[in-house]
Amino acid sequence: MSDTPPPVKARGLVKRYKDVLAVDHIDLNVRAGDVYGFLGPNGAGKTTTLRMALGLITPTEGTVELFGRNPLRHGARALEGVAGFVEGPRFYPYLTARKNLQLLAALDGDGAAGRIDEVLEIVELSPRAGHKVGGYSHGMRQRLGIAAALLRRPRLLMLDEPATGLDPAGMRDMRALIRRLAGEGITVLLSSHQLPEVQELCDRVAIVDSGRVVYEGALADLRRQGGAGYRLRTSDDKRALEVARAQPGIEHATAGASSPQGEHGLSLQADEQHVGELSLALGQAGVAILALTPELATLEDLFFRLTEGGNGAKPQAVAVG
Amino acid sequence: MSSAVATSPAALPAHGRARRPSVLTVYRWELRKLVSQVRTYVGLGLMILLPLIFVVFESVRHGHNRAGNIFATEITQSGLATPVLMLLFMSGFFLPLAAALVSGDIVANEDGNGTLKTILTRSVDRGQVFAAKALAAMTYAAAAVFLSAAVATIGGIASWGFHSVRTFSGTVVSAPEALLLVFAANAVYLIPLFALAAIGVLLSTATRNSAGAVVGTIGLVILLFIVAQIPGLEGIQPYLLTEQFQAWQGLLRTPTDWAPIAHAAWVCALYGVPSLIAGYLTFLRRDVAGG
Repeated sequence: MSDTPPPVKARGLVKRYKDVLAVDHIDLNVRAGDVYGFLGPNGAGKTTTLRMALGLITPTEGTVELFGRNPLRHGARALEGVAGFVEGPRFYPYLTARKNLQLLAALDGDGAAGRIDEVLEIVELSPRAGHKVGGYSHGMRQRLGIAAALLRRPRLLMLDEPATGLDPAGMRDMRALIRRLAGEGITVLLSSHQLPEVQELCDRVAIVDSGRVVYEGALADLRRQGGAGYRLRTSDDKRALEVARAQPGIEHATAGASSPQGEHGLSLQADEQHVGELSLALGQAGVAILALTPELATLEDLFFRLTEGGNGAKPQAVAVG
Repeated sequence: MSSAVATSPAALPAHGRARRPSVLTVYRWELRKLVSQVRTYVGLGLMILLPLIFVVFESVRHGHNRAGNIFATEITQSGLATPVLMLLFMSGFFLPLAAALVSGDIVANEDGNGTLKTILTRSVDRGQVFAAKALAAMTYAAAAVFLSAAVATIGGIASWGFHSVRTFSGTVVSAPEALLLVFAANAVYLIPLFALAAIGVLLSTATRNSAGAVVGTIGLVILLFIVAQIPGLEGIQPYLLTEQFQAWQGLLRTPTDWAPIAHAAWVCALYGVPSLIAGYLTFLRRDVAGG
């Protein structure tokens, strides 16, 4: 175990605005190297949590530390090695992109001014660097936001809905950039309500709903817990259903499930051991297995189950130290 | 987005103890932001236009003596009477308006546009940002005062020459000495104007509303002028901020009357220093959720 403090460690974070409880005892554990998805519907408390993490607003209760430093206690020093934006990047519209970055580099010190051309190149804004930001499209501003973050040579990048409002090509490019930055060792905390984005990019997630974390842990664990399902096609589906329902460890066995290819069969949930026992039982019952396909639940299924109490059992929240 | 960059920021060595920018750096950028905004030039344009209109107007009606003020009667005798008359004319409303335009806007505008969170997530502390903003607001107020004085002086000298001038006491001072006194009078006028700018910065920080803070600052000036006119309240008159707007006149007497200047200095400190402290503490503790 490394003694290096984790990039983000939040404990019991609460933010209350008069009668509104925006954030309700949130714990977060972002480890070095994570691409950590902070997932939740609009108004779930994601942005408020990020604001508290960056020291922009004061928690009503609880603490948050970035690499072991509390922004409220250590001020700007707590943000060393940390960059990002909350609720979309904001710039001075009457200044050019280059001037905006020069300003921010001046406020960063530490040689950031010498990296301006480099970061403009990374986000492909070099040809438009001399234009005023007031005339920039939404996508260009998002890219400039990434450039502004990269000026700080971050070890932790906190991005709030970076792909929101982008066209499909812009989304693709943004995801590719995030993937590349993560590949270079930057820890990424990605707040989003776009499930495909999180599914594609993140290895660990916290799902937040109504100000509370309803799940935190590995995305793969969540999908395994929430829907280790199988699709089964047999020579006699009716008989197979009877066998499956009688078999211990087999849950939610239903007939008539159709595959994406339009083939009918059974669907069921079970772990590998019980599926093996089922296959033996089917053989003994004279039912031939034509196809047995494992199916993981999609993040979308799990997300709605967790946040809207949809069909199926809720996966257990995973406690991570 | 490009993938052809050889050295990514992450690949660069991680920093140990980063060198942090100073208040001076933040202040310089506050000034650059001011210089880049149209609003800045609206205020300064007014400071150029009013003295010019005055000079043109007085040139057209030359020969008609003005009564009531020694500098008014001197207007066509020396160009150096013009900046004194302009300071007299503009000190009550137009210069406070210019100061209010920037000081009331300087925090609230950034809060509303969301750029405050952009700069507060860099390597500068909130205290540095506040200090730089307060300094920039005062710099703008000083620029407005001296720009107006410079235009009035140049316009006056161009129209009526660089001659000696009579002071409020009736004694005559040489042209170079009068020029120095004009500069000093404007510098003394900055004392109450800085106090007003401090109030503007406080309102800008506390209200988070640019228009509200600007109107509130100039509204305070109007309110204090009204209070000064209310019968029975003469006792508080010497302690009103607006009364200090005329303290500079002590310089234009022979011998120099320092009493109103010293009085203005401590009265203005009573307005300005608590405003700055309150603004600073508010800025340190406030939630930045705008934009």
